Amino acid sequence: MLQGADGEARRWAIDHQMRVGRYLGATDFVPVSQAHIMADTESLGAAGVAWLEHLAALPLEQRHVRVPTITDPRGTDFTAAARLKQQDWMLDLEHRAIAAFRAMGILMTDTCINYQTIMPAVRGEHMAYGDTGVVIYCNSVLGGRSNFEGGPSALAAGLTGRTPRYGYHLDAHRRATLLVDIAHTPHDLADWGALGGVVGRLAGDYWQVPVLRGIDRVPGSDEMKHFGAALASYGSVALFHMAGITPEAHHLHDVADPALPSRATVTEQDIQAFQQAYRARVDTVDVVVFAAPQLSLLEMRTLAGLLDGRHATVPLLVVTSPQVKPEAERMGLVARMEAAGALVLSGMCFYNSYAREMAEANQWRTLATNSAKLTNILGGYGYLPALLSMAACVDAACSGTIGSGTPGK
Amino acid sequence: MTEFRANAAMGKCVRGRALVAKDGFSARYDLDRVAGVFSRPEHKLAGRSYVGCILVLDAAKGGVATAWMLHEMQARGIVPAALVLNTVNPIMVQGAALADFTMMSGFAVDITQAVPDGALVEVDPASDPPCLRILSTAA
Repeated sequence: MLQGADGEARRWAIDHQMRVGRYLGATDFVPVSQAHIMADTESLGAAGVAWLEHLAALPLEQRHVRVPTITDPRGTDFTAAARLKQQDWMLDLEHRAIAAFRAMGILMTDTCINYQTIMPAVRGEHMAYGDTGVVIYCNSVLGGRSNFEGGPSALAAGLTGRTPRYGYHLDAHRRATLLVDIAHTPHDLADWGALGGVVGRLAGDYWQVPVLRGIDRVPGSDEMKHFGAALASYGSVALFHMAGITPEAHHLHDVADPALPSRATVTEQDIQAFQQAYRARVDTVDVVVFAAPQLSLLEMRTLAGLLDGRHATVPLLVVTSPQVKPEAERMGLVARMEAAGALVLSGMCFYNSYAREMAEANQWRTLATNSAKLTNILGGYGYLPALLSMAACVDAACSGTIGSGTPGK
Repeated sequence: MTEFRANAAMGKCVRGRALVAKDGFSARYDLDRVAGVFSRPEHKLAGRSYVGCILVLDAAKGGVATAWMLHEMQARGIVPAALVLNTVNPIMVQGAALADFTMMSGFAVDITQAVPDGALVEVDPASDPPCLRILSTAA
């Protein structure tokens, strides 16, 4: 393959994987059963799209992926691009990138909640997943095995059917390095995200594996989703354990050495303070966003209930997956949200849809969301985000202001 | 001349002024890639241009987008000359590999404390072991 016998695309792919593997200490490869590619065009740029088109123009047998390969959210929902004031050049890049991926046999799932909607990993299954939220959920909640695979590396894995064996493919790296005691188990999704942010800041880098002790009930999938996405975002963490809950940590000693000291105890006050630090900067809101990760069907149901009989006075964006949206339409949830003034989007995410340009075009600066991950990302794009509960976000969308209540309430 | 040995590196040997902070790095989270400056208000380098600099930072942060973004920044020429980190994550390595970008990581010391901001440094991935050299501390 390295000599080009399988064509140019696979020659590039295996060379890329060997360079990455050498840097990170891999001594061989591991076969993967799926790949998942993050490749919005804000990240790719014109140069990245042209690079993909070059691969896509190769003969069919050279360019097609060898294992099922799916995609992360794209940079637009074409049906709503005009309302978002996205520009033609953005949509052109998106069309070109999509055409290139299709030519390579990639399934355009356009989702970051594939573990809830497409095909969850099985414990011990090796994957090449992009999107940090997908990786951390797969590793931690499902017991699958993946490193963070950026778009190029996930594509390489799709083309070769393997990935360098380092990091979280190896038992040795899956042991806990950081013990955190939890004195308060969150209830609201924003609180779960805030807890992820607090632990992420404690962890600090990719190679740290937090184990949480003291969570007093089994969290639901959406709670794990928001916790993991925030932990990955704030800490660059790819794997966590919850003692007595997650599959590799039936007992604390399954993943942690007895001598591992407790780094910190996280209290309800810590979780509130985390949110208050953002909230204190925001009074009125220009836009309210539910995204990052895309909403599950159950989140859509909850949000529709909160919006019944209400009407948004500022733009209210609800982002879900192409798999969930038709179900939500069939069940009348989308119609209920739209009746309240929401714009329901699918197949995109907010932050990877030219967030800076959307802010400028729509004069958005202050933003309310229940996603800690989104809160973490958007500062660099010029937004002032506030992290609130779903109910408080709905209130903010209807009033245009943020109340003075307790954070997360 | 002071020299710091690294555990791993890739790319070409480059020289440039060091832009140093005990903070993380993510192209998506931290940069205005059009203007070529750090844009995240909480970042210790907020408002400073990174174009042509040797970035010396603590740890790779954030999501997977940097794997594409280094390539995109390289294509437009609004890009650092190299990235030097105490701790990498796979995304930075993958991005550097795609873009043929110079990167180095893993030192016996905290490299953000060892290299003065503004120093003229050389990042030499090809030496054995890879090393960063401080050529001059005068800005």
